[in-house]
Amino acid sequence: MSIDVKMAWRNIWRNPRRSILTISAIAFASLLLVFMLSWQFGSYETMIDSAVKIHTGHLQIQANGYNDKKGIRMVVPDPAAAGSILNKTPNIAAYTFRANAFSLVSSRERTYGIMVVGIDPVREAGVSALKKLIRQGSYLSEGDTDHALVGALLARNLKVGPGDELVVLGQGRDGSVAATVVRVKGIYRSGQDDFDRSSIHIPLENFQDVYAMRGAVHEVVALGKSLDDLKEIKKVVTAGIKKTDKKHRMVVLDWMELMPGLIEAIQMDIYSGFIFYLILIIVVAFSILNTFLMAIFERTREFGVLMAIGTTPGRLTRLLLIESTTLTMTGIIIGIIAGSLITLYFQDHGIVISGASEMMKQFGMPDRIYPRLSMLSASIGPGAVLIITFLTALYPAIKVRRLRPVKAMAGV
Amino acid sequence: MHFQLAWRNIWRNPRRTAVIMTAIIIGVWSMIFLGALMRGISDGMVRNGIATLTGHIQVHHKGYRNDPVIENSMTDPEAVKTALKNALPADAQRASRVRVNAVASNARHTAGVTFVGIDPAREAGVSFIGRAVTEGRYLKDDDKYGIVVGKALVDKFETRLGHKIIVMSQDTNREIASRAFRIVGIFKAEMQATEKQFVFVTMQAAQRMLKMKNGISEISLLLPDAKEVDTVADSLRAALPSADYEVQTWRELLPLITAYLDIYDGFIFIWFIVVFIAMGFGIVNTTLMAVFERIREFGLFKALGMKPWWIIREVLAESFFILLIGAVIGNILSFLSVFALSGGIDLSSLAAGSEFAGMSRIIYPVINGRDVIAANLVVFVLGLLVSICPAVKAARLTPVEALTHT
Amino acid sequence: MNIVECADVRKTYQQGKVVVTALGGVTLSIKKGGFVALAGPSGSGKTTMLNMIGGLDQADSGSIVMDGNVYEEMTQSELATLRLYKVGFVFQAYNLIPVLSAVENVEYVMLLQGVASVERRERARIILDDVGLGGMYDRRPAELSGGQQQRVAVARAIVSDPSIVLADEPTANLDSRTGQGLLEMMKEMNEEKKVTFIFSTHEKLVMDYARRLIHVRDGLVADDEVREG
Repeated sequence: MSIDVKMAWRNIWRNPRRSILTISAIAFASLLLVFMLSWQFGSYETMIDSAVKIHTGHLQIQANGYNDKKGIRMVVPDPAAAGSILNKTPNIAAYTFRANAFSLVSSRERTYGIMVVGIDPVREAGVSALKKLIRQGSYLSEGDTDHALVGALLARNLKVGPGDELVVLGQGRDGSVAATVVRVKGIYRSGQDDFDRSSIHIPLENFQDVYAMRGAVHEVVALGKSLDDLKEIKKVVTAGIKKTDKKHRMVVLDWMELMPGLIEAIQMDIYSGFIFYLILIIVVAFSILNTFLMAIFERTREFGVLMAIGTTPGRLTRLLLIESTTLTMTGIIIGIIAGSLITLYFQDHGIVISGASEMMKQFGMPDRIYPRLSMLSASIGPGAVLIITFLTALYPAIKVRRLRPVKAMAGV
Repeated sequence: MHFQLAWRNIWRNPRRTAVIMTAIIIGVWSMIFLGALMRGISDGMVRNGIATLTGHIQVHHKGYRNDPVIENSMTDPEAVKTALKNALPADAQRASRVRVNAVASNARHTAGVTFVGIDPAREAGVSFIGRAVTEGRYLKDDDKYGIVVGKALVDKFETRLGHKIIVMSQDTNREIASRAFRIVGIFKAEMQATEKQFVFVTMQAAQRMLKMKNGISEISLLLPDAKEVDTVADSLRAALPSADYEVQTWRELLPLITAYLDIYDGFIFIWFIVVFIAMGFGIVNTTLMAVFERIREFGLFKALGMKPWWIIREVLAESFFILLIGAVIGNILSFLSVFALSGGIDLSSLAAGSEFAGMSRIIYPVINGRDVIAANLVVFVLGLLVSICPAVKAARLTPVEALTHT
Repeated sequence: MNIVECADVRKTYQQGKVVVTALGGVTLSIKKGGFVALAGPSGSGKTTMLNMIGGLDQADSGSIVMDGNVYEEMTQSELATLRLYKVGFVFQAYNLIPVLSAVENVEYVMLLQGVASVERRERARIILDDVGLGGMYDRRPAELSGGQQQRVAVARAIVSDPSIVLADEPTANLDSRTGQGLLEMMKEMNEEKKVTFIFSTHEKLVMDYARRLIHVRDGLVADDEVREG
């Protein structure tokens, strides 16, 4: 066996220039794929992370149908019970409670219809990034009652700053009028215009009071220790909920169900990337097919001799496949190493795309993209290259089976 | 004669020539076809953005864009219209609107909306709403209490055609004005967000409710020729006093889409280069093989007195033919593919995703002349460039070296 | 005993649109230990006959039996195995695998036969010494002269003690002195190891060395002399 590999290696270097070109083509494709896949996966991670940390958490317990309709009456009536289930669930990092109501908010000069969100300041800080997004003033503290955090764009539209008053007018859970006055304590900016323009956050207790919630909330938001634990966590929590929720009014939703747009957008990106990459590899395959063909056709006489002295066609084919596989693997390994190095460099420094930072902020991404190298991203692309180039090399290697020693030696 | 020779030479080894041509065909096809897809996506975005009330150009009271409140309405629309008449091309479409933030509610639900008062006939010529009503009917000039809302809003509010919906907003006296409207029509739009956001009444109804008299919030313009947008915008700015008015093109009004268009241009060009590099290896290799196979022949020619330059020209001519055929077939295939998909690619199964990304649900691939030219240029120019190296190598050998080459 | 028996062997093949009769019915037998030449001008069918005997090509009709193996009853695969163990080949040119050294070229056949590596190397070296190439074990074909390359080919052909060694114009590309040296060496191998050599040739040099000379013309045996070489 090893003499076959020895022969294969030496045969590759019979024509160094040609082999180097072929190896370069394969290395180029592998490098590109490692880098691009790392880029894609890195950006997905960032997008998911951002969505989870600002909006959805990993998991939420809600009333069935709340996610679609957001009706104020669709509540989680016993948040404490949900909380105790989460306490018993392993791998939960933190959880919090939220309640939402669409209301009119008026400053001295303006009135806007926005979402009023009741949060538990202490718990919220463990689950979402809200506290870190405060740009002016300060975050809510535990004892606060009638303070509020306002999104930066909304604050600008309302023409208010920290210390100013806002009148809140809405409808409570029981249909009664919900009204209160709050003072702006802090202003936050996430970069996502939709979020910064259309919500204020007040302490949950005050919310429940003003909107006659009778202690209920709308969302129990949980954060797992890592994204990998999510499946398990969801199973445990769902089982726990089933036990206490006899009337089947609660559901457990993960971030993909809470933001289907995000996961579908990621899928679209993956599919479209797949198409581009596949086409690229096919072009490379045809590019190097001639190398494989040439390497065989210029050695027809040699093959004739080999077959004459007793080499079976099967062995000959195997020899050629070992040759092309060695060539390919050399290119792939170089591509993986080079691609990984480049990716790691940008993983540290980030890539700036001029003109894209506005767009990226809307999707919750920082203005630099950080590719993420992983076993997956370093192997899928090159793996596909390997398979397709192997299939490419298969064609000439199989053609060799048809050679007849006499004709081959005559150079046909 | 030389071209004839080059042509016959490339067919000396039909399989080899066919293989590299296939690489070029697939490469060129992918450049133009995928470019057309991306162009289709961005065109769809632009079209959608413009149709969703933006239009080509908008005129507002100064400060409206930063603060779209009723205080920033244009109180003397006639003056504006006169200025417009002079500055606009003949068949531009124009529509005035009242447009404010409001709150819509019924017995069960409340939501923030954009309350738009329109002139039904004119509006139909400028934005999507004229042809978007799928149930009930569009607004009529004399609709005092009729309102047209989006399907997604109707679903969210659990209401129906004919039912009432209440709209509240701030009027010119800084008081909350509210009015009950009856749903006379339901519209569907590309994006659910659009359906949830806009509610339409007649301009008079809006002006009356908000105590605006004749005031309007914005004028939206649709030009017959999209390329004239900037020139028309400039002449409008000249015609209207800049202290009171602001004129903006869709690019300024939709910065996200504008950013996407720029990124697209960069991306597609990078794709061209990447594909070319992939093909390039094959082109160089194949040219090398073709050259070295005939080294003796070249040596013979040189011994007979041919100049080295002739050999270079010969090799380049062969490359040229291969590139030409590959490119032509690739171009034809891509036009055919785009034609085959001219009915549009349906992304409905990923509707939430396309909405998230700001894309329309159906993509119509569009072939852009500039892209086609760029793709072909890349292939030909770079293809010939990389063929020069092997050609020069062949030309450099002396006749003796060439003839004794094994 | 007859190591090769051919009875009424016929072969035609297509050359473009023309059908060429290479062999029109050849009958001959060759004894074990023989040093035989098939001689004739080009196109006479001698090379085709050699290929038939070696099982490289199949006859249209007639029978060939080599060392008890009946070719007509054997599949391609069986013929390949037969060639591996029982037949040695020396061609006019392009005999050796360019990327392998002399000793590796000789070893290659034994590798295919499944011989263990230490034994392979030993036997390869010994046989290279026998053909006069001691000390050139690690040279690649490109580093050997024409005559030396042919010697390596002979070494490879006889290293596994084949029933017959077939040599197709082995000296055609060599100058006469080198050719003579090669033939001397082959004659030695024939006499020492009793290996049967069958040549196809048009050169007088080879014909002079042969102990039996079979003249072939137009696809038929024209003459059959036994001589002392």
